[in-house]
Amino acid sequence: MIRVFAALAILCAALFIAALLVGPAQIGAIEGLRALILGGEGPAPLVMQEIRLPRALLAVMIGLSLGLSGAAMQGYLRNPLAEPGLIGVSGSAALGAVVAIHTGFSAAWAYGLPLSALAGALAGVALVIALAGPRGSSLTLILAGIAISAMAAALTSLVLNLSSNPFAANEIVFWMMGSLADRSMMHVGLALPLMVVGWAMLLPLGRGLDALTLGEDAAASMGVRLTRMRLVLVVGTACVVGAATAVAGAIGFVGLVVPHILRPLVGARPSRLLWASALGGAVMVLAADLAVRLILPERDLKLGVLTALVGAPLFLHLIYKTRRELP
Amino acid sequence: MTLLALDDLAVDLRGRAIFAGVSARIEAGEFVGLIGPNGAGKTTLMRAALGLVAARGHSSLLDHRAVDRARHAAWMPQARDIAWPVSVEALVALGRVPHLPTGRRLSAEDQAHVDAALAAMGLEGMRHRTATRLSGGEQARVLIARALAQDTPLLMADEPIAGLDPAHQIATMQVFAGLARDGRAVIASLHDLGLAARHCTRLLLLGEGGIVADGPPGDVLTPDNLARVFHVNAWFADTPHGPVFQPLEVIE
Repeated sequence: MIRVFAALAILCAALFIAALLVGPAQIGAIEGLRALILGGEGPAPLVMQEIRLPRALLAVMIGLSLGLSGAAMQGYLRNPLAEPGLIGVSGSAALGAVVAIHTGFSAAWAYGLPLSALAGALAGVALVIALAGPRGSSLTLILAGIAISAMAAALTSLVLNLSSNPFAANEIVFWMMGSLADRSMMHVGLALPLMVVGWAMLLPLGRGLDALTLGEDAAASMGVRLTRMRLVLVVGTACVVGAATAVAGAIGFVGLVVPHILRPLVGARPSRLLWASALGGAVMVLAADLAVRLILPERDLKLGVLTALVGAPLFLHLIYKTRRELP
Repeated sequence: MTLLALDDLAVDLRGRAIFAGVSARIEAGEFVGLIGPNGAGKTTLMRAALGLVAARGHSSLLDHRAVDRARHAAWMPQARDIAWPVSVEALVALGRVPHLPTGRRLSAEDQAHVDAALAAMGLEGMRHRTATRLSGGEQARVLIARALAQDTPLLMADEPIAGLDPAHQIATMQVFAGLARDGRAVIASLHDLGLAARHCTRLLLLGEGGIVADGPPGDVLTPDNLARVFHVNAWFADTPHGPVFQPLEVIE
């Protein structure tokens, strides 16, 4: 078990350093790291501190958030097909962002787009909680999430549909693909506080999620307060996924695939999977963001496109493996 | 010592009265068989006692906070839910969750309870197998072991021996009777009246919207009660092998 965590942590650290060293500006490894830490004059410190560092930091933060919330959501719903977007947060965050782009709010103010996306996420999750009811089952949560996701997707399409400005429409489509290109420390500063709150809510859920392995009734009889747990899960997921979507757009498949891959390696225990999946998510997003810079550096391949392209076949493989194990 | 006191408990689900006016006291040392036909409310009665379903009246378990209640009473639901492919040992160790502060690992004492529970259900050889790949009866034994590992004064189990082979049914009933002899109490809903008659110290017969009979097996399994509540007649005798009960025919 320790070995799994150690391997993931080492991989994460190695990819983080690699993410700092890869980019269109030709900066040597030693020179780059020195410029990053010591600063100084010239283009190298600027590139390292203002472009590559925020990008690498965001990859770690977003990966951590998606992996962690995916593992928590699967653990709570006791379903390996669950993913953090299920409760409609990413859909409603995207709607908020799209409205900001369409109205020009995002062009007028640097914080306009991420804040508008966050407002969308909060509104969406408040609606989901109101719809699902305070004491409802996990089923009502899923249904409410599906309804809100569908609503947000429809409204997003409506905005695109009515957009008279082809450039805005273009920008909306590209934004929705999800990317970490051209992000700054402002985005890190905006997302980090919310994500820290979300991590602090989700990580302690492990014990309750373990108990839920035995079903809701048994967990409740073991002292797990399910109503409170569900609220913490939904609000925590909204914080991390809302913040991630607000700064990077929709990055799919990470929250779905990473817990799935790591589950056998941690003995399927939901509490251990939370930590492993957080690290694994960071590894996956770091690796994917490196890949978009290495594969087609001049074409600005979108991160969300790549995670889906890699994630979907991986998922198919997992389904195939599961199918063979079933009678 | 009274481990569970129910006073005038009543449950309505969707406007339909399941049962009403249920009062009972379960003392340390008792192995109570909760019997009754399908739909009599056996499961609902136990869930109401645990506060898992809204009820009128009073259950002494609800005087505790949820966390303390989990150290007083263990509950094995009828649904054999095992969501993830965890090892048998890890599953049984979940019974220790109420005793562990958040994030703490199993202590030697916790491990001893887990080992004892595995031994009691004859699962030592399966310790490292994946729980979801076991047969239904084996899974039931693992889940009973999980409840045993919780090490509570009161154990409540919903049809714990359904789906077990005869040897394991008898062994499980003996484990429960042994817990009662050690000064704990067990309440188990049962459909096998023969096993109930042999092993339980007391039977609670649920039917007709309340408790029909309450007492030692011989006083509860009377021809009159069986005809009224179960619509069967039966052969029941004290033999050199102990009490033997066998249902015979349905009474039209």
